[in-house]
Amino acid sequence: MTATSFIPIDSILEKKSRPVRPTPGQAHAHDIREELFELEAKGEIIVHRVPEPYVEVETKFGRKKKIPIEHTWHHKSCGQCGHIPGYTASIFWLHRQFGLDYTDPIDQTSCTGWNYYASGTSNAVAQMAVMSRNFAAAYEEGYYPLIHCGTSFGHYKEVREQLVHHKELRDQTRRVLEKLGKPLVIPEEIVHYSEWIHVMRHRIAERQVVDMSHIKACVHPACHYHKIVVEDAIYDKEIYGGQRTATVTGLLQALGIEVADYSTWFDCCGFGFRHVLVQRDFTRSFAVMRKIEVMIDEVQPDVTVTHDTGCVTTLDKSQFAAKAHERRVGVPVLSDAQIAALAMGAHPFRVVQLHWHSTDWRPLMEKLGIDWEYYWNEFQEDLEAIRRGEAIMTWEKADGVAIQPN
Amino acid sequence: MLQQYTLGKATASYPDVPYEEKERLFREVKEDPRYEDFLYGCYECGICVSACPSARFYDYSPRVIAQAMAREDVERFYEILAEDIWNCAQCFSCVRCPRQNNPGGLVTLIREVAVRNGIQETRDVLQGYTRVIYKVMLKGNQVSPDMLQPDFFPDWGPWVSSFRGNMEVWRQAIPVDTLRGVTDAAWRTADNTLRELYTIWFETGNLDIIEEVDEGLYELLLDVMEEELEDWE
Repeated sequence: MTATSFIPIDSILEKKSRPVRPTPGQAHAHDIREELFELEAKGEIIVHRVPEPYVEVETKFGRKKKIPIEHTWHHKSCGQCGHIPGYTASIFWLHRQFGLDYTDPIDQTSCTGWNYYASGTSNAVAQMAVMSRNFAAAYEEGYYPLIHCGTSFGHYKEVREQLVHHKELRDQTRRVLEKLGKPLVIPEEIVHYSEWIHVMRHRIAERQVVDMSHIKACVHPACHYHKIVVEDAIYDKEIYGGQRTATVTGLLQALGIEVADYSTWFDCCGFGFRHVLVQRDFTRSFAVMRKIEVMIDEVQPDVTVTHDTGCVTTLDKSQFAAKAHERRVGVPVLSDAQIAALAMGAHPFRVVQLHWHSTDWRPLMEKLGIDWEYYWNEFQEDLEAIRRGEAIMTWEKADGVAIQPN
Repeated sequence: MLQQYTLGKATASYPDVPYEEKERLFREVKEDPRYEDFLYGCYECGICVSACPSARFYDYSPRVIAQAMAREDVERFYEILAEDIWNCAQCFSCVRCPRQNNPGGLVTLIREVAVRNGIQETRDVLQGYTRVIYKVMLKGNQVSPDMLQPDFFPDWGPWVSSFRGNMEVWRQAIPVDTLRGVTDAAWRTADNTLRELYTIWFETGNLDIIEEVDEGLYELLLDVMEEELEDWE
């Protein structure tokens, strides 16, 4: 490097005269609902209350978070619906088996957060308006948002913080919504579907028909679930001593699955948002070398279970190329919703849609005593009927317990 | 030794870019209302680096980003803008910071500025990504089944080819009403919902941002959205 253009001394002195904001205590680690209600009292926003019945759970720093059981507006995930549809179908299937009221809206867009984290081709107000438009649609329909995607959940939590703390951004967002004829609505709680599964886990276990007590699983906690606005994730003193988020692990324990610990549990999966789409050398390397291989070397799990779109995709799809490099891979990856659905006897293909997964899930099915070939043949008949134009797949066909108790 | 120091970070790595321009970009980042939420100073403890996935595979450090921004080191800031920001995985593992810094959030702000200003390195990085922008802005979904093509995902193995051969029928075999049969989006979205989304892109200046990244894509999006909104009105 031969460059010689020095920073002007005046510029350095001017910078030194302005200290950075000094107080960590001013960071946003608090109960944001108080501020939401204050803004509502001033007529600035509408706070969408959590409907009854709900269950209260503890978050990281002890505040009680309300998780609605039903009357939910399902904010779907583009990655789940596009590439792992059995994830979405399993969430709905669980609601249907319990007879819970929900709605699956077409008046919903993605949060667009994946794109934002991948490319930066947006801005704060656009992100706030997209979020608020979806929340207004839920409010107008009379159902409470239940967020399927971990990134949408984390993104909305952060965007909500920013909306509450920056009046100028709030005012700009409100003006955009006025153009759409919609009110500025913010939910009292932003709720991830895995939190719903967490509070439903004992009811799920009561209806378990597939024994999973001989299964060993690793849990990958999704970054955007527990690292963005960290105080708003579920923690439980009975699970990891309250030192890690309790979601997913709580379900697996309730189902009798052995949850095996591994040293890189905190690491991300390698998704990277942009990387998984256009620079997958990073994604593959990280997913295999920092997650899958560590799990295999340390605990040899039968399955890895996680609770977000990107994590399932990355950990599952990254294993194929690594196999060609003779890396140690071969752990099937499922979401908590799919595991819960299988435990309750959901059809492995009509509901759980295992055929969308790459890493071989057959050994897991066999260990669970699920005759996957029988259900695959049944599903092939469904496909033939669809090809002939004689039938479509409906909930009538997919509802109910398909797997016989073992 | 002194000579090495003075020729180090105190000098310009991008001498063709005037200092004033670098400073203008720095100020644009700093003027974002969210900036103060993301930076509180730095202990230099390195906890963020130890948690960072990108730091393991790239010459990349969230600590350096927090420090450079806190020190207001404009030259280092420009290096970060040109070379580092697209390495970040945006997982936010770095928010373990005991000072409650958010280096990943700082990267987000710097990326926005790089995009808005059409920085060449950013245009280069995003070149292969524009089909995703097209999808998310027009369909309101980040990904769709028809994006799963063997040419784009060869490393995902023969599963992708198998999927392509069965895409139509597999999509018909999903019990969820809003997904069944949909291949060009993740789920079926109401026309009015998409028009509201287009309105958001126009009203917030988001569409103009795309022009800085890819003029051709911008023209295409503009045509489709304007036509849709005219019909709506």
